[in-house]
Amino acid sequence: MTKILVTVKRIPDPDENLKFANGGLDLSSVKWVPNAFDEYAVETALRLAEDVGSKKTKHAEIIVLSICPAKQRQHMTQFLAMGGDRGVIVDANDADYDTAAIAKMIAKVAQDEGVDMVITGKLSQDNEGNQVGQRVAALLGWPQACFAAEVDWDQGSNSLKVAREVDDGVETKQVPLPALVTVDLRVVLPTSVRNGINPADHKFTDGPRLASLRGITMAKRKKVKTVTPADLGVESAGGEKTTTINKPAARAAGQMVGSVEELVEKLATEAKVL
Amino acid sequence: MSKVLVVLETAGGKIRSHCLPGITAGKQIADARGAELHLLVLGANAAAEGAEIAAAGYGAAGVHTITDAALEPFTAEAWGDAVVHAVKTLSPAVVGGTASSALRDCLPRAAAVLDAALCAEIVAVKSGDTFTRPISAGRALLDEQLSGDLVFFTARGSEFAPAEAGAATTAAVIDGASVDVRGAQVLGISKTESSRPALTEASVVVSGGRGMREGANFSHLEQLTDLLGGALGASRAATDAGMVPADLQVGQTGKIVAPNLYIAVAISGAIQHLAGMKGSKTIVAINKDEEAPIFQVADYGLVAKWEDAVPALIAALEARKG
Ligand SMILES: Cc1cc2nc3c(=O)[nH]c(=O)nc-3n(C[C@H](O)[C@H](O)[C@H](O)COP(=O)(O)OP(=O)(O)OC[C@H]3O[C@@H](n4cnc5c(N)ncnc54)[C@H](O)[C@@H]3O)c2cc1C
Ligand SMILES: Nc1ncnc2c1ncn2[C@@H]1O[C@H](COP(=O)(O)O)[C@@H](O)[C@H]1O
Repeated sequence: MTKILVTVKRIPDPDENLKFANGGLDLSSVKWVPNAFDEYAVETALRLAEDVGSKKTKHAEIIVLSICPAKQRQHMTQFLAMGGDRGVIVDANDADYDTAAIAKMIAKVAQDEGVDMVITGKLSQDNEGNQVGQRVAALLGWPQACFAAEVDWDQGSNSLKVAREVDDGVETKQVPLPALVTVDLRVVLPTSVRNGINPADHKFTDGPRLASLRGITMAKRKKVKTVTPADLGVESAGGEKTTTINKPAARAAGQMVGSVEELVEKLATEAKVL
Repeated sequence: MSKVLVVLETAGGKIRSHCLPGITAGKQIADARGAELHLLVLGANAAAEGAEIAAAGYGAAGVHTITDAALEPFTAEAWGDAVVHAVKTLSPAVVGGTASSALRDCLPRAAAVLDAALCAEIVAVKSGDTFTRPISAGRALLDEQLSGDLVFFTARGSEFAPAEAGAATTAAVIDGASVDVRGAQVLGISKTESSRPALTEASVVVSGGRGMREGANFSHLEQLTDLLGGALGASRAATDAGMVPADLQVGQTGKIVAPNLYIAVAISGAIQHLAGMKGSKTIVAINKDEEAPIFQVADYGLVAKWEDAVPALIAALEARKG
């Protein structure tokens, strides 16, 4: 059976205000939540694996991987509850490692597990590296389809046809498996993922699925293997080092205008942009 | 002398204008390090394009070209190979360019093969090895120091001035690259055709949000956009709903813009949207809800329904033009 590895990261809740302290961020009291793009990555994998006609048949095994402190794995449990088959945790504070080191860990797990596909988010909402997936593909020597808005699995040629969001519009790229995909926001629209088994016009529910009660119960019984960076041969934290984190200067306070006429007048004489 | 190598993209035989800010960032890094700026041109016809780019110079000490049919159309796989080969040939200390979708696709690939650090979407050069980049949807600025004999960067186009043509320099061919698409095939690209300036390069951007309700209503915003000679943008809610094409999305996951004038119409102002536009010089917000967070970043806020405000604004601007 095809094996899909999906990478997931936990991040500080992006809806909470940041706390700045001593030239860095104070994360001691943040609420940790899954990275949204990784929820989309798991949803993509589930849609690729699912046979909607016979709920029991799955066309791929989904392995969920996170580099995080082993004790703080709520996000892993959530993804297993959504439908991931088993988990791998690399027990480490991922913030201590740079994107190059994180990518080496992911590539090694992909090799050890012998997977056919790796799906990552396009971006971690906190670090905004936008590079882990590309690095993993390079380390594996695989083709990549980044910034995916639509994924179509052609069973016949065992390749993926991916609509990618690029600067000029949408590019369609075909990659033979094994391959790596990084997913963008629109991959979770109702008809964005097709696996060649479900009817082509099948509509999934918009957005990443919620875990069912049954899923939550099952998740507790699913296997999660824990390894360390050293087990994966990664000793160095890498060459990207944070020196300081600062709060951006706030924009000067603006003003409310009472009418369109006043707005146009101010744009012309004050802001001088007309 | 050590080198900073900036990777360029071309179209129709010419340098693509979105690459020019990346050259400026490369030049700033080169100056901070006492290094030379070099440019790299890749493509099926790179030698000829490189000669033309060398004639414009852009402050570079040299232009280098790798010509291979497999480099067109762009694939991260082939371009990654070509960048790796150029690095092995030229031994630069720094490699980078504008954070376009293409370079964000291929440079991390090359960095991984060469085991180098990469600082993404830099907005300022602090020193030769320390760059500033936004994180967490622009709510914090990170100063990142890169170590190693080779480091990579991508630069946010909105934050560096476009490089200008200068004294001519020389172009040299790099031979012996073997580039491989690894079975990948580009089947096509559907471009959003528009006579308006590119979103990331326009001096005026007019964006609409969910409150526009349907695609047809964007015709009002198009009229306003054209009157101001600007580009049309949108929030994620508007693009997801299919009101306008996805490549008009402004924000953390869309285009990052910093025009002279940004007009947000019926957009609430979620942090992911603000991340893409709060560098704009003047921000105007039109929203019917006075509590909308967009007003916190706006220089001028107008509480109104767009159905009233936008036609009135069009009429007022037309009247001014006479
Ligand atoms: C990982 C992630 C990445 C994201 N990336 C982006 C991104 O890059 N860009 C982006 O934009 N969003 C992004 N989002 C989504 C973002 O969080 C918001 O959901 C989105 O920006 C909301 O769009 P909106 O303001 O158009 O819609 P809403 O928040 O629904 O706001 C609509 C506004 O229109 C106003 N309105 C309604 N009717 C009228 C009227 N008749 N006249 C005037 N005003 C009216 C309302 O008062 C309201 O303020 C992202 C979200 C996530 C989770
Ligand atoms: N600590 C981590 N554990 C698992 N996956 C990660 C981790 N960090 C990054 N990733 C994956 O890499 C993607 C891109 O991250 P980045 O390059 O940091 O923006 C994320 O969406 C995740 O899928």
